[in-house]
Amino acid sequence: MVTNITNLGRSGLSDWLIQRVSAVVLALYAVFMVGYLLFHPDLDYATWHGLFSQTWMRIFSLLAFVSLAAHAWIGLWTVVTDYIKPTGIRFIVQIAIIIAIFIFLVWGVQVLWGA
Amino acid sequence: MSMLQVSVYRYNPETDSAPYMQEFQVDTQGRDLMVLNVLEIIKQQDSSMAYRRSCREGVCGSDGMNMNGTNGLACVTALSDVVKNDKLVLRPLPGLPVIRDLVVDMGIFYKQYERIQPYLQNDENPPAIERLQSPEERDKLDGLYECILCACCSTSCPSFWWNPDKFVGPAGLLQAYRFLADSRDTATRERLSELEDPFSVFRCRGIMNCVAVCPKGLNPTRAIGKIRELLLANAT
Repeated sequence: MVTNITNLGRSGLSDWLIQRVSAVVLALYAVFMVGYLLFHPDLDYATWHGLFSQTWMRIFSLLAFVSLAAHAWIGLWTVVTDYIKPTGIRFIVQIAIIIAIFIFLVWGVQVLWGA
Repeated sequence: MSMLQVSVYRYNPETDSAPYMQEFQVDTQGRDLMVLNVLEIIKQQDSSMAYRRSCREGVCGSDGMNMNGTNGLACVTALSDVVKNDKLVLRPLPGLPVIRDLVVDMGIFYKQYERIQPYLQNDENPPAIERLQSPEERDKLDGLYECILCACCSTSCPSFWWNPDKFVGPAGLLQAYRFLADSRDTATRERLSELEDPFSVFRCRGIMNCVAVCPKGLNPTRAIGKIRELLLANAT
């Protein structure tokens, strides 16, 4: 057993499961978005605003953002532990990543419910 | 007359300040030799050349090395399998400390093997004669028990290169599953609890280098997938 305290779910199994479930959510969201854009070639602001003022779209978007945050943290945590060996630098980079993810998540919520 | 141009990694820490590649010309007389035969011819040209070998038939697992960029056993790898344009480059297994020339220190590889407790554990009273298995139960061990621990797979795995102290590696995990799958072993739960952290099993990214190089044709990636399934079934 290798001890770790900085990964998302504390266990490799939960990280692995979260990574896969969030990947499915992101795939669905991406397919929906691409499909929506293809079916609306002359997309204007009112239509776009109309889509995002619906509650289900906001929830779907929030789900995608939360999935993206978890997915990004697990993936980048893995990259960082692979390639950055000095503990101090690795810890600083991990903090920078988690702050960036937090800011993007809060910003995303603000965008969804702000307009 | 067919001359093979062989470039071999040389390093003797007692006399060399840094490793270097040494060129050899080997006359194969048109035969499709095994790479180990070529090394033996080189050894006659330069007796200071160091490499491991024993059975010369792919059973002992001593002569794992990197031949033209691919790991394998020199004794069962024919020149026609690896050589292009009469050029052969021989290097030690990647990612392990070099002791001398093609001889590597396999300590950390064995340490990971030791970690998975590669022996049968059973806390029930032994029967009078032996612990029986049905043919079906025995079949589950095929493709697992044949590993000879040559380290070709683990040393071709980037996850093992970056974290050889934390990631068990394909060879160790194949053996971990060999005991998880054994109907006579009762330590399944304890074994799984040792493996659920983010490194031991889950640092595998499924690139299957291990499957591509295994000289015995085994499939560590599939075994790792089975371990994940067991972990999942145990924990959800």
